[in-house]
Amino acid sequence: MTATANKNSLSLLEQSSAGKKKFRPSILLRYFSYAAVGITVFSLVSVVLFIAVRGASNISWHFLTGVNTHNAPTITEPIKNTLIIIGCSLLITVPIGVLCAVYLCEYAKRGNKIVKIIVLAAETLAGIPSIVYAIFGVVFFVYFLGWGESLRAGIATISIMILPLLIRSAEEAIKAVPDTYREASYGLGAGKLRTVFKIVIPAAMNGILAGIVLSIGRIVGESAALIFTAGTTLLRLDGGLSKEGATLAVAMYNFTNTFDKRDYAYSTGLVLLVIVLCLNILSAFIGRRMQGATDEN
Amino acid sequence: MKIDIENLNLFYGDFQALKDVNMHVQPRKVTAFIGPSGCGKSTLIKTLNRMNDLIEGCRIEGKVEIDGVDIYRDIDLSTLRKNVGMVFQKPNPFPMSVYDNVAYGPRTHGLRKKSVLDGIVEGSLRAANIWDEVKDRLNKPALSLSGGQQQRLCIARSLAVQPRVLLMDEPTSALDPISTGKIEELIDELKSAYTIVIVTHNMQQATRISDFTGFFLLGELIEFGDTERIFSQPEDKRTENYITGRFG
Repeated sequence: MTATANKNSLSLLEQSSAGKKKFRPSILLRYFSYAAVGITVFSLVSVVLFIAVRGASNISWHFLTGVNTHNAPTITEPIKNTLIIIGCSLLITVPIGVLCAVYLCEYAKRGNKIVKIIVLAAETLAGIPSIVYAIFGVVFFVYFLGWGESLRAGIATISIMILPLLIRSAEEAIKAVPDTYREASYGLGAGKLRTVFKIVIPAAMNGILAGIVLSIGRIVGESAALIFTAGTTLLRLDGGLSKEGATLAVAMYNFTNTFDKRDYAYSTGLVLLVIVLCLNILSAFIGRRMQGATDEN
Repeated sequence: MKIDIENLNLFYGDFQALKDVNMHVQPRKVTAFIGPSGCGKSTLIKTLNRMNDLIEGCRIEGKVEIDGVDIYRDIDLSTLRKNVGMVFQKPNPFPMSVYDNVAYGPRTHGLRKKSVLDGIVEGSLRAANIWDEVKDRLNKPALSLSGGQQQRLCIARSLAVQPRVLLMDEPTSALDPISTGKIEELIDELKSAYTIVIVTHNMQQATRISDFTGFFLLGELIEFGDTERIFSQPEDKRTENYITGRFG
């Protein structure tokens, strides 16, 4: 009785698999995904190769560290300016962004109006083109505050630009921290302050760092918001943060506009690529160290 | 420490989760709360260290006294929770090392000295019967331990702040039978020093480990008394139906 039943079910199985052979959507899906990977790899590699081949010839010690002259332009100052703008704007925005996210997730009551306004504003601001920030930066920092075209005007404009991005990513990261951690901390008698700083933020650190990396990407890739606020000069000037100066991306724009200097734009792009790569590796490393500090210390 | 609950009503918004609960929990005994899901047993255990304060819209009437102190009026939250430790349903060690997990509580209450902390960490891990398994990996992430070990680590973490009462909200429901057995043994050892209140879904567990049992249904305490008596001669028909498996 059981044997025949088994036979029957077996033949049923064979039938159904034979039926499947006629049309297999899963194979189609596989080829489509191969094609997608192929296109992606090809376009990424070709961009990198193109920049590397056109740009490598101009890269020299002088190009990276020397004094800028008309015949032999250098990107010494743009490298410095880029790092200054990244560093200063992150110093301003990371604490504000993380604390704002802490407010949104840990303090604000559900359905709070301020929360809705902040989230809506952050979502909208994260999506608008950077030239809008540039116009605001010019009107407010350059003219109204009288800072002129300067690194500090650039830093302030960039800070406003990346703040929504940081708030969003920190908020997502903090939301993802399981409530059981908070319960355990409160259950031991810890207050909100300790719970947030010792448990929630360390547990959210990887997500926060991801947001920081994204922000760095936006800063180094930014030209419009900086051309009008931080200026376009490649020259070394005095005056700290109140002098003007181009970042690498703005320098590329500069070189592209000068007919006989176009290849220098590729060289600058190559340097930019390497810097972004280094920053990404660095932040991954910091992320692991911080994770390690909470996991293993 | 004895716990006295008088005329306790608890509301989540408009929903009344506990109805006029009166109960006297004996010190240094194990008291089990049983009942079907949603009967209010977890809600009640959470009122004993005021975890319900975290829930929006939760309102409490009546009185809960621990050793004569009204915990909703006469004591600050941090002191209350230091004295009334809690172990949760799912093991929830922090994403830190084993050592830092246990040291988190004492550090919260201001202890910084390494030698003292070392002593507390070892003592708590020993008391939770997990010292031998983790003594060589105190600096390893707590999340690398097995589920049963994680739960005993959480018990050690609770013990580290030297509580007088230990609340356990279904502490073995996420564990396998062997780990459950170890936790039950541990509860038996701990009751000589702590007043233990445990919520359990498992009636055999209640008979194995508890001295007193309270049966809850729809937010009411139906019957409370000696565990042996409750399970052999329940006074209320509903208790009898529940423990003989007619519903729930």
